[in-house]
Amino acid sequence: MLKTGTERVKRGMAEMQKGGVIMDVVNAEQARIAEAAGAVAVMALERVPSDIRAAGGVARMADPTITEEVLNAVSIPVMAKARIGHIVEARVLEAMGVDYIDESEVLTPADEVFHLLKSDYTVPFVCGARDLGEAARRIGEGASMLRTKGEPGTGNIVEAVRHMRMIQGQIRKVVAMSEDELMTEAKNLGAPFEVLLQIKKAGKLPVVNFAAGGVATPADAALMMQLGADGVFVGSGVFKSENPEKFARAIVEATTHYQDYKLIAELSKGLGSAMKGIDISTLNPADRMQERGW
Amino acid sequence: MLKIGVLALQGAVREHIQALESCGVQATAVKRVEELAELDGLVMPGGESTAMRRLIDKYGFLEPLKEFAKQKPVFGTCAGLILMAKRIQGQDSAHLELIDMTVERNAFGRQVDSFEAELMIHGVGEDYTGVFIRAPFIVEVGPEVEILSKHNDRIVAAKQGHFLCAAFHPELTDDYRLHQYFVKMVQTSKEVVA
Repeated sequence: MLKTGTERVKRGMAEMQKGGVIMDVVNAEQARIAEAAGAVAVMALERVPSDIRAAGGVARMADPTITEEVLNAVSIPVMAKARIGHIVEARVLEAMGVDYIDESEVLTPADEVFHLLKSDYTVPFVCGARDLGEAARRIGEGASMLRTKGEPGTGNIVEAVRHMRMIQGQIRKVVAMSEDELMTEAKNLGAPFEVLLQIKKAGKLPVVNFAAGGVATPADAALMMQLGADGVFVGSGVFKSENPEKFARAIVEATTHYQDYKLIAELSKGLGSAMKGIDISTLNPADRMQERGW
Repeated sequence: MLKIGVLALQGAVREHIQALESCGVQATAVKRVEELAELDGLVMPGGESTAMRRLIDKYGFLEPLKEFAKQKPVFGTCAGLILMAKRIQGQDSAHLELIDMTVERNAFGRQVDSFEAELMIHGVGEDYTGVFIRAPFIVEVGPEVEILSKHNDRIVAAKQGHFLCAAFHPELTDDYRLHQYFVKMVQTSKEVVA
């Protein structure tokens, strides 16, 4: 008997990405640069988050031509983004053979109440989360991988740090609680009880949790690893930098050796300027992508 | 106590360490070449083989790993199996070239084709759940290679001397029989040397 799309196969795929860097790319050439630099996967997009921010309007699933071009260009896994709650975009990406779908707040949500029932799909999903309640709800819906939301396209790590610290702290609290306190904690967090119970018993999330949203330097990537991330997504950081190839390689190495500070110093030399970056407090509340998701 | 390392450049390192510890050996993550010296055996985990190879080159692991493999047992799973193969289909060059076999990468298809299947593994047992994730398979093997398991006529586990490889992920289940099998290989090899 051969079984596809099992929880183990879907979560296992993300386990294989651990300690690695997943890079946003908008065409085959960028995908090849990312693969050669040692990326463990690429995210095929029409525009990177900072350009989505600049362009405004409704951001949707990428043109399938771009996704297909990237799928054909590299042998590493290819991820792609669907709008929150957009069943058809997700099904289209699954039918195209995409390896992982990001139900992403970077795109304009298609549904302001419900997320996708991700357990229904053969393809695995990654979702963003800012706290343990959100993380547990996404796991309850069938997400096989999580990432911090951060504040995408800002080149500012502060929100990703906030989200990672929040989730880690809440996990520690759940693990330390006695089991009879757990239902009330589930109510307070807005988290499914069963998922919290699993986290309490295992002492960790049942899926991999990557850092995302605002990683702009090798030191940022290493910082997130040190805070407990299993790996790193780099969105606008790589291909908005002066020397994408060098920058991509530096991020990969800093993620592997995140506690080797001499090495990170070497890696950080002469990278040229990173993306300019945005102070979060100057963002109009309506432009905060992390608020999307329920 | 036996000490077995898990190459920790990228991939499912923690799961292999847990599996090895459950088999009663000391397990350690290996990030630097110097750390190979104190080991009795090495596991090369699943992950992305292209990413691992780049880091192997970057940190000068290629020759030390080949040297290590001359003396001591190595077990590769999924990407680790690819690193161990002498020949990779569609590529001009291979990596560590330890096992006389030709492998095909992502041979079962993309992630939506990833699957679980029951396997029979010679010397290990039956009813073994193989978790195949964007997995390779072994296309052909040389005369020195012992075929340990097949799935739908495709070779998915093999052994040559003190080298063991699997196209699936034994570290993703609670069934540690294949890890135990490798621990025995390491034990035997250590006794022979001593």
